[in-house]
Amino acid sequence: MSQFKVKKTVAEINEKIKQGQAVVVTAEEMIGITKELGPVQAARKVDVVTTGTFGIMCSSGAFLNFGHAKPRIKASRVYLNRVEAYAGVAAVDCYIGAAQPREDDPLNKVFPGRFRYGGGHVIEDLVAGREVHLEATAYGTDCYPSRSHEARMKLKDFRDGFLFNPRNGYQNYNCAVNLSKKTIYTYMGILRPDCSNANYSTSGQLSPLLNDPFYRTIGIGTRIFLGGGIGYVVGPGTQHDPGVKRSENGVVMGGAGTIAVMGNLKGMSSKFLRGASITGYGCSLNVGIGIPIPILDEEMARFTGISDDEIFVPVADYGYDYPEGSGGPLTHVTYGQLKTGEVTIDGKKVTTAPLSSYSAALEIAETLKDWIRSGKFLLGEAQETLPSIAFEGFGD
Amino acid sequence: MKSENVLLIFRSNIMYKPLIYRLSKDFDIIFNILEAKILPRREGRILLELRGEEDQLLKGVTFLEENRVVVEHLSDKVWREEDLCVHCGACTGLCPTGALSLVRPKMEVVFDVNKCVACGMCGLACPFGAMKDITLFDPFAEGRTVN
Ligand code: SF4
Ligand code: SF4
Repeated sequence: MSQFKVKKTVAEINEKIKQGQAVVVTAEEMIGITKELGPVQAARKVDVVTTGTFGIMCSSGAFLNFGHAKPRIKASRVYLNRVEAYAGVAAVDCYIGAAQPREDDPLNKVFPGRFRYGGGHVIEDLVAGREVHLEATAYGTDCYPSRSHEARMKLKDFRDGFLFNPRNGYQNYNCAVNLSKKTIYTYMGILRPDCSNANYSTSGQLSPLLNDPFYRTIGIGTRIFLGGGIGYVVGPGTQHDPGVKRSENGVVMGGAGTIAVMGNLKGMSSKFLRGASITGYGCSLNVGIGIPIPILDEEMARFTGISDDEIFVPVADYGYDYPEGSGGPLTHVTYGQLKTGEVTIDGKKVTTAPLSSYSAALEIAETLKDWIRSGKFLLGEAQETLPSIAFEGFGD
Repeated sequence: MKSENVLLIFRSNIMYKPLIYRLSKDFDIIFNILEAKILPRREGRILLELRGEEDQLLKGVTFLEENRVVVEHLSDKVWREEDLCVHCGACTGLCPTGALSLVRPKMEVVFDVNKCVACGMCGLACPFGAMKDITLFDPFAEGRTVN
């Protein structure tokens, strides 16, 4: 670790950002720069690489405080546009989870269900400045006598609202196929029988955690682009697993690292927080995240310089294996191959489709780049990085 | 040359009337049968891709209509709410005709309405309700959107 030729600190880079002198590029641009200059020169030249991703991220939600009513209420049940928010937090605090469907939703009774409105849509409505209908009920106490409370509220009427997503930004993910004999409706989209189509969900070379595969710079306190506003990494996400198999370049070959993130809803935009309805599966939220990666040394330049062709994605069967929790990956393909629109699995040509928007991911990385260049967005130094494992080095 | 997809509905009284060949014979229209089915209530449905000069296409369709064939122009049936589309691409793997496709390397999703056969698949696949369709007729594809 000590033999690096280039050594920079986050504080030094922040100084440059303040002076408007930092060199900031997107992870897409960094690929060419590293290739052309080599990692050492690239690390000398570039200070920050911006990343982005915009995909469906379950395990998202928002804490909302709707303010004290007169008379006071200690809500035990809370509904927003008839979507239940968890009220067992405090008197007027609740947590609206992205995956919660509306009360009267037919779910999968008529299969496949459409899940047209849920917690993710409530969050989108709030951020878009639209009014939501709040209904709270309570059992009544001496200090909180009211038993019911109703109001039409916009986000600005809530005392506090912040997005708190326990698991976002999966470092890599499965490519899903269906080896069974019938069409299935999954969180990885609609999969036709006999391995006829393959869906994948990652922004690949632009993806935040794939650009810092050992989380050297990412951890609690990392300042990020979140839902169009500013947010923070608050720790490893649930199911964070640095121990997943890696290829020689250190890049994980399956779902591995995750982050928990948080940010003030009141600065976010419905362009980057979109309620999602996944046919046959449920409701969710599409979240836009961008993480700036400080190029502290040539190793970071090399990590951020990886391209889609160097990222391996496991192909998993969602017909039998995944639901049963059995079996391993059928094979690995690269993200570069997936992006062409066709891959070969077991000798068969299969149509591929992304679920996560690459063009929006690029827009996020570009926006973050502009923010940093303008000097108004400084890097947040991680107080503790995410749990990781040792990197043996590139072996050359 | 213009190309468009139409759905022809033949009620049982005209089902076996030889009409389609006249499109090429009288109007110089190249047609390509995308799918055809006879429904249980003895109604024939044919999805056709028509290619020809614009005025000839119009005349051909008018000819069919005069012969009591119901002609549905599929490009009127499906549209995309541009504001709702996030260009994720989820619909592109399921669209049977390539009407929805990704433009590389930017990975933006384009919708070519003239290639659409109004199967409704994208309506099911899109998580954001960006693909709208009018539910007018019985589907050929499984899982057609039902409101
Ligand atoms: S309805 Fe949608 S999926 Fe079907 S052909 Fe048209 S665009 Fe493609
Ligand atoms: S699935 Fe919907 S949002 Fe995604 S590209 Fe297709 S139309 Fe656009």
